[in-house]
Amino acid sequence: MGVRERLQNNPKRLEWLYKTTHNMILGMKPMISRLGMERFERFVVGVERWSKEKIFDCRMCGQCVLHSTGMTCPMSCPKNLRNGACGGVRENGHCEVIPEMKCVWVEAFERSQMMGVYGDEILHVQPPVNRQLEGKSAWVTMLTGEDKDVPAAWVGINNIPVIDSANK
Amino acid sequence: MTEQMRSGSNLERVLRAGHFAVTAEIDPPDSANPDDILTAVKHLAGHCDAINATDGSGAHCHMSSVAISTLLHQQGFDPILQVSCRDRNRIAIQGDVLGAAALGARNVLCLTGDDVTAGDHPQAKRVFDFDCMHLLRTLRIMRDKSMFLSGRKIINPPNIFLGAASNPFAMPFDWRPLRLAKKIEAGADFIQTQYCYDIPRLKEFMKRVVDMGLHEKAYILIGVGPIRSAKGAEFMRNNVPGVRIPDAVVERMRQVPKGKGNAKREGKKICIELIQQIKEIEGVSGVHIMAFRMDDLIPSIVEESGLGPRPRIPVEKPAETLPESINE
Repeated sequence: MGVRERLQNNPKRLEWLYKTTHNMILGMKPMISRLGMERFERFVVGVERWSKEKIFDCRMCGQCVLHSTGMTCPMSCPKNLRNGACGGVRENGHCEVIPEMKCVWVEAFERSQMMGVYGDEILHVQPPVNRQLEGKSAWVTMLTGEDKDVPAAWVGINNIPVIDSANK
Repeated sequence: MTEQMRSGSNLERVLRAGHFAVTAEIDPPDSANPDDILTAVKHLAGHCDAINATDGSGAHCHMSSVAISTLLHQQGFDPILQVSCRDRNRIAIQGDVLGAAALGARNVLCLTGDDVTAGDHPQAKRVFDFDCMHLLRTLRIMRDKSMFLSGRKIINPPNIFLGAASNPFAMPFDWRPLRLAKKIEAGADFIQTQYCYDIPRLKEFMKRVVDMGLHEKAYILIGVGPIRSAKGAEFMRNNVPGVRIPDAVVERMRQVPKGKGNAKREGKKICIELIQQIKEIEGVSGVHIMAFRMDDLIPSIVEESGLGPRPRIPVEKPAETLPESINE
């Protein structure tokens, strides 16, 4: 098993890594603001692309929801489902489109079950992708809040899932 | 279930009156002749409550679902407009739904859609700007908030009864009821499932659904359909994404003695037996009959399953647009 698989199959550790990176970047916000977001992005976007591609097969959608999808990149689903799994999953748990690949959302669900902090986030309805952020650094859009921007009419919806997590 | 009538479509009225509903699917014509719809549906009158107008089913080109839905409406049927996210982005979809509603569609089934590789144009660009969850929520916003997703006002919002699909027979089984819950959360009022040939699996699924109370939040219709032959069953389970047919069913079809019409009769018999078992399962509100290239069988399947004649529910005044939890 390669390093990547070993990491991916350890969602608890990835979750910790996510949380740490998240808090670290947030903590650096005043400094980054002084540096200028654009300058920071130029410096950081390559690092983000390289590291997240290696670990998650990240597609740089610019609005990372990894912690809500079992630390599995939903954009690597051929249908780009932010709310999978679709009904086409094969009997062996593989993808309808790429038969030799395990379904991204089967993995997402399995991994979410192993997560301690954000595991239940998979129950939330994820908003549509903002295609304007594609290729941007999600670390930057997190700081600017652009990653949380949803279409105007989408706001005000009850984001609490109908499922009580105890029922899971 | 919300008290408020969503669209007052025939399907919704039948379900709200507490009847076991029957919906059917017709093969979309590869034709520009409206009469081809007429021929396909004329024998269905009085045998089902609503008819699905498929949207490029199996990623194959056919007459568009908006056109089929309109023609069905003109013939006095209650169409269920299917909308898939595969071929259109959010701008096209919202416009099409407004247009279809203006032309008589009162039910919309929101689907992600089979991948382009399942069809006859695997070279096509896949769109998937939305997934089915976004589609459901967006149409609910259009209906309940009189707005496009952008927030721009809609003068006369579409009165639509919103549907979603579910596949209890696809992996991961434990996830399926949870995903159904997400769809209801996103806006689904009714559910039509993938073909069911596996009653024990369905019972397990429905048990979870009932435990979670989802059957009280949306009407659940189980997909069924006759099998043409053992070979047909093999083809379906190998080539149609998401269809599971247990070996026992295929084997039963294999045992059918050779002879004209024997296999088709046995396929129909299996379908009727399935419907009779499905009717008894708690939380199920109806069946959705998909008889691919055998829609001539639908009337007798309905009658012999004890589901005919279909109820006639008088039309009440359609609902005013409803400010509901979505506006909170």
